[in-house]
Amino acid sequence: MRLYAVVAAGGFRRYATYRTATAAGVFTNTVFGFILAYTYIALWDARPQLGGYDMSQALAYVWIGQGLLAACAMMGGGFEDELMERIRTGDIAVDLYRPVDLQLWWLAGDLGRAAFQLLGRGVVPMLAGALAFDIALPGSAWIWPAFLLSVLLGIVVSFAVRFLVALSAFWLLDGAGATQMAWLLGLFFSGMLLPLPLFPGLLGEVARVLPWSSLLQIPADVFLGKYTGWELMEAYAFQGAWAVALLLAGRLLQSVATRRVVVQGG
Amino acid sequence: MDGFAQEATGAGGDGFGTLEDGFITLDGLEKVFQVRRRAGLLRRERHEVRAVDGISFQVARGEMVGYIGPNGAGKSTTIKMLTGILTPSGGSLRVAGIDPSRERTRLAHRIGVVFGQRTTLWWDLPLRDSYRLMHRMYRIPDGRYRENLDRCVELLDLGELLEVPVRQLSLGQRMRGDIAAALLHDPEVLYLDEPTIGLDVISKAKVRQFLKELNVERGTTVLLTTHDLTDIEQLCRRVMVIDHGRLMYDGSLAGLHEVGESERMLVVDLERELPPIELKSDGSGPGLRAVKVEGPRQWLAFPASASAAPLVARIAAQYPLMDLSVREPDIEAVIARMYRAAP
Ligand SMILES: Nc1ncnc2c1ncn2[C@@H]1O[C@H](COP(=O)(O)OP(=O)(O)OP(=O)(O)O)[C@@H](O)[C@H]1O
Ligand SMILES: [Mg+2]
Repeated sequence: MRLYAVVAAGGFRRYATYRTATAAGVFTNTVFGFILAYTYIALWDARPQLGGYDMSQALAYVWIGQGLLAACAMMGGGFEDELMERIRTGDIAVDLYRPVDLQLWWLAGDLGRAAFQLLGRGVVPMLAGALAFDIALPGSAWIWPAFLLSVLLGIVVSFAVRFLVALSAFWLLDGAGATQMAWLLGLFFSGMLLPLPLFPGLLGEVARVLPWSSLLQIPADVFLGKYTGWELMEAYAFQGAWAVALLLAGRLLQSVATRRVVVQGG
Repeated sequence: MDGFAQEATGAGGDGFGTLEDGFITLDGLEKVFQVRRRAGLLRRERHEVRAVDGISFQVARGEMVGYIGPNGAGKSTTIKMLTGILTPSGGSLRVAGIDPSRERTRLAHRIGVVFGQRTTLWWDLPLRDSYRLMHRMYRIPDGRYRENLDRCVELLDLGELLEVPVRQLSLGQRMRGDIAAALLHDPEVLYLDEPTIGLDVISKAKVRQFLKELNVERGTTVLLTTHDLTDIEQLCRRVMVIDHGRLMYDGSLAGLHEVGESERMLVVDLERELPPIELKSDGSGPGLRAVKVEGPRQWLAFPASASAAPLVARIAAQYPLMDLSVREPDIEAVIARMYRAAP
C-alpha cells in the first residue's frame, strides 16, 4: 500500500512540475467557463427552472464542470496517452516485469494527477466563477465532504473507462481513434455540455444510467443539494457500482492482454 | 525444482554449469510471432517469424554469461521470456525454479532487468524519487536499501545526479541510473539487454567494472547481451552465440576461435616488393596465404591452431625476410564469419 501512496505522490508532483501548462489550463478553463456561463444565462432567461435548476444553480453547474474537467481528464491529459504510447513502443515491458499490479499502479498515479489538477486547475476557475457570477453554494457544511467523496468516485470511474480504452492499444497499436471516441462520449454523457436532465426522453434516461454521469452530473447534484439522506447513499452506490464493474472489466482485459499479446520492440 | 536432462550444447560447452542444477534452464524454448503483411491492395498475408527456435541451455548460479548474435537473432525475445513478459510458444523454461510467465510477479522479486533502450526511471522526477519507488515496490528493508543505494551511488558515480530529473540526464548517466535501479533489491539474476549501448569508453569501463564486482562479491548470476565484444571479453568466461533463433555455440570465448576456424596473421617485411607469398600445406606444416600486400609488407593468414615457427622458418628459407610480427585473431572477425556461415 505504501508503494501506491508513493506512486500517487509521484503523480501529483509530476504534474506539479508543469507550471506553464497548469497556468494555461487554468486560463482556458476560466475563459471556457465564462462562455458557457453566458450561454446558460441566455438559456435560463428564456426558460427559467430548466431541468429543475434555477439560474444560480445552473451557473454553479457550469463552474463545477470547469473545475472537474481536468481532474476527470475529460478532454485527455490523463495517464492514458502515456500508457498507450508505452504499449505501442514496447516500454510496457518495463512495467510488466516489476512486482506491481498494472492497473493499481496507473490508478494510483492517476489519482495523484487528479488531486493536483483538482487543486491546480479546479480551485481557481471555481473561485473566478463564484466571484464573477451569483452562483449557488452549499447551504450546509457537510455538503462539501459529501461532494468531494462523489468527485473521488467520479475520478475512479473516469480512470476505469480510460484504462479500458488505453488497453485497446495492445490490439490496435494506434489508439488515437478509440481515445477520441471516448472523449466525445465522455463530454456528452457526463453532462459537461448540458446537464443530463435537459436531455429529452429516452436519451435522458439512458444518459443517466451510463457510467459517465458519475463524472460530473452526480457530483454537481450532490453539490447543489439534490440528494439528501438515503438518496445520497444511492448516488454513491451507483458511482461505486460502475467503478467496481469497470475496474473488474479492466482487470480481465489486462490479464488477457498480458497473457496473449505481444510486447513490441527489441 | 525439476531438473532437465543435462547436455552439453555445442563445442566447448563442457565444464560450464553442467554439474550443478541449472539455475536458469531452457529446454527447447520457442517463440513464434504471427505477423500480418500486406500482400496486394486488401489482402493480408499471415506468416510466422520463428524468433526463438528451440533453444536449450543451462546457466549455473553465479555464472556470468554473454548472449550474443546478429540483429534479429532472438536475443531480446529470449530475455523477455526469461522475465516472464512474453509467453513461450513451445518448450520449457525455469528461472530459480519458477516458470516466468506463470508467476511473473513472484519472479520479479528475484530478478533485475535492464533493457538498454528503455528506462525504468520516472522521466519527469529526480533519480532519487525512482529509487524511493523501488524501495517500496520491492519492499526492501530500510537498512539494506540505504546500503545498496550508497554502494551503487559510489561505484556508478551517481552522487551528483540524484536530484536531477531523469529527462535531463545524458544517455550514459541514465543507463547507470537504470543499472542501479535494477540492483537495489539484491536480485539473484540480472538480465542486461545491451547495457553499454551508446556509452562512451569511460562509462563503458565503469559499468563493466561494476558488473564484475557485483558478480564476484554478490555472486549475482548475469546474462548479458551486447554487440560490443569487448564487454564479453572482459566479463564473460562463457559465451553463447545465437542466430536465427538457434544456439550456434555455447562455450568459452577461447573455444570460439576453433569453432569459428579463426586465423592468425603473420605480418612480414621483406627486403623488397615481391609477388604475394603462397605456401602450400605439406608434410612439414599447414599452408598460408597472402591476404594483403603493401609494398614490401605482406599480411599472411594461417590457421589459429597452427604453430607459427615452422612457417616462419619456411618463409625465411625462401624469401629475403627482414622483420615479422604475429597478430592474434580478432574475435569480431570470428563471430562475423560464424554469422555468415550460418544457413
Ligand atoms: N513483436 C514482434 N512481432 C513480430 N516479430 C517480432 C516481434 N518482436 C521481435 N520479432 C522478430 O523476432 C526476431 C528476433 O527479434 P529480437 O528482438 O529478439 O532480436 P535481437 O536478437 O534482440 O536483435 P537486436 O540485436 O537487433 O536487438 C526478429 O526477426 C524480429 O523481427
Ligand atoms: Mg535486442
